[in-house]
Amino acid sequence: MKNEAAKALLHPLIDDNPVTVQILGVCSALAVTKSLSTALVMCVALTSVLILASTTISIIRRHIAHNVRLIVQITIIASLVIVVDQLMMAFAYGMSKQLSVFVGLIVTNCIVLGRAETFAMNNRPGLSALDGLGNGVGYSLVLITVGTVRELAGSGTLLGVVVLPLTADGGWFVPMQLMLLPPSAFFIIGLLIWAIRSWRAEQVEVPEYRVARAEEPPGSTQQWTI
Amino acid sequence: MDHLTLFFEAAFIQNLALTFFLGMCMFLAVSKRMDTALGFGLAVFVVQTVTVPVNHLIHQHLLRSGALAWAGLSEVDLSFLGLITYVGVIAAMVQVMEMVLERYAPALARSFGIFLPLLTVNCAILGGSLFMVQRDYSFSQSVVYGAGSGFGWAIAIALLAGVRERLKYADPPAGLRGLGLTFIVVGLISLAFMAFPGIRTG
Repeated sequence: MKNEAAKALLHPLIDDNPVTVQILGVCSALAVTKSLSTALVMCVALTSVLILASTTISIIRRHIAHNVRLIVQITIIASLVIVVDQLMMAFAYGMSKQLSVFVGLIVTNCIVLGRAETFAMNNRPGLSALDGLGNGVGYSLVLITVGTVRELAGSGTLLGVVVLPLTADGGWFVPMQLMLLPPSAFFIIGLLIWAIRSWRAEQVEVPEYRVARAEEPPGSTQQWTI
Repeated sequence: MDHLTLFFEAAFIQNLALTFFLGMCMFLAVSKRMDTALGFGLAVFVVQTVTVPVNHLIHQHLLRSGALAWAGLSEVDLSFLGLITYVGVIAAMVQVMEMVLERYAPALARSFGIFLPLLTVNCAILGGSLFMVQRDYSFSQSVVYGAGSGFGWAIAIALLAGVRERLKYADPPAGLRGLGLTFIVVGLISLAFMAFPGIRTG
């Protein structure tokens, strides 16, 4: 029982991370990471939607007819996202403008629907909430890492506070313009996946094709598995 | 802004996949082979061209602040219902398209296969509608924007699939194999697309 809860909470952090292993919710992970503050707000927004959606769906899971479950799930998620979006417009208008459409796009964030479909539909509400929290934190870890690297290298600040003084202001740090452009997010996540997989070798993908070594005569081994 | 400029801007300069990272899940999952990537790209293009204008009409005539003036409710602002409505419209349009295709073009419907229903949860489609609302396009602009952004997404996934087909025979470091390398390739393609804004000013 306790093990189960710990697994639901801790497993998604690295071993089954939604972004780097399951490739879910990548869109927003890339788009809002230009500065750490937007990344943090997005993490909070997504994690709260995820916990609430998983709990709600888990509570009513026995009352959802199987063939309309996707519609029910999407409706619940969309309603929760609207609440979050409206709250942000009311209390953090500037941030809501910066995140532009990406708060709304939590509706189609595959993590939320994915957890609802695979976990919340089959588990108790308490456990589903923990699973939601675990996945939210796993997602947040990736966003915070990418956001920190991009903001630090791209503008020399963290959460708007100057960490590396820029040459333009008499300091020594020359900001990397690339880090402010969209491609850098792809590079950082790619490298992050590389780093995680070097550490956790069991996550390495099995190659579809194996390259035969040149000195072996062709046909001598069964290395080409087409 | 004239429509040709808008089309190219939506397709290349503000490419949904490469500058706004929309539809990434499908973008990475479906781009292993060229033929499936092309099929999926075509599906996105068609659905995007249909849903953005439809959502535009709904936004203008039902949801926008003051849009219900024709019903005597000039102070009602339903724009907070936007999200849930757009998702509903997209799901419905995808369903209708699937039925129409099965009736009149069964071969095409079969080639789309599972992809058409999956489009409902593709954030490129929802994102297109949200951008349309945010940027206040007119109806004709929304048609052009839908077509342009869908076209751009299709090009992007075709490019990635082309590269990934070749990468299968490459021998990268073990940890980079598959997903990691794909991300870096997408980054490089995206970097190449960063050159397009020069066209507008040049």
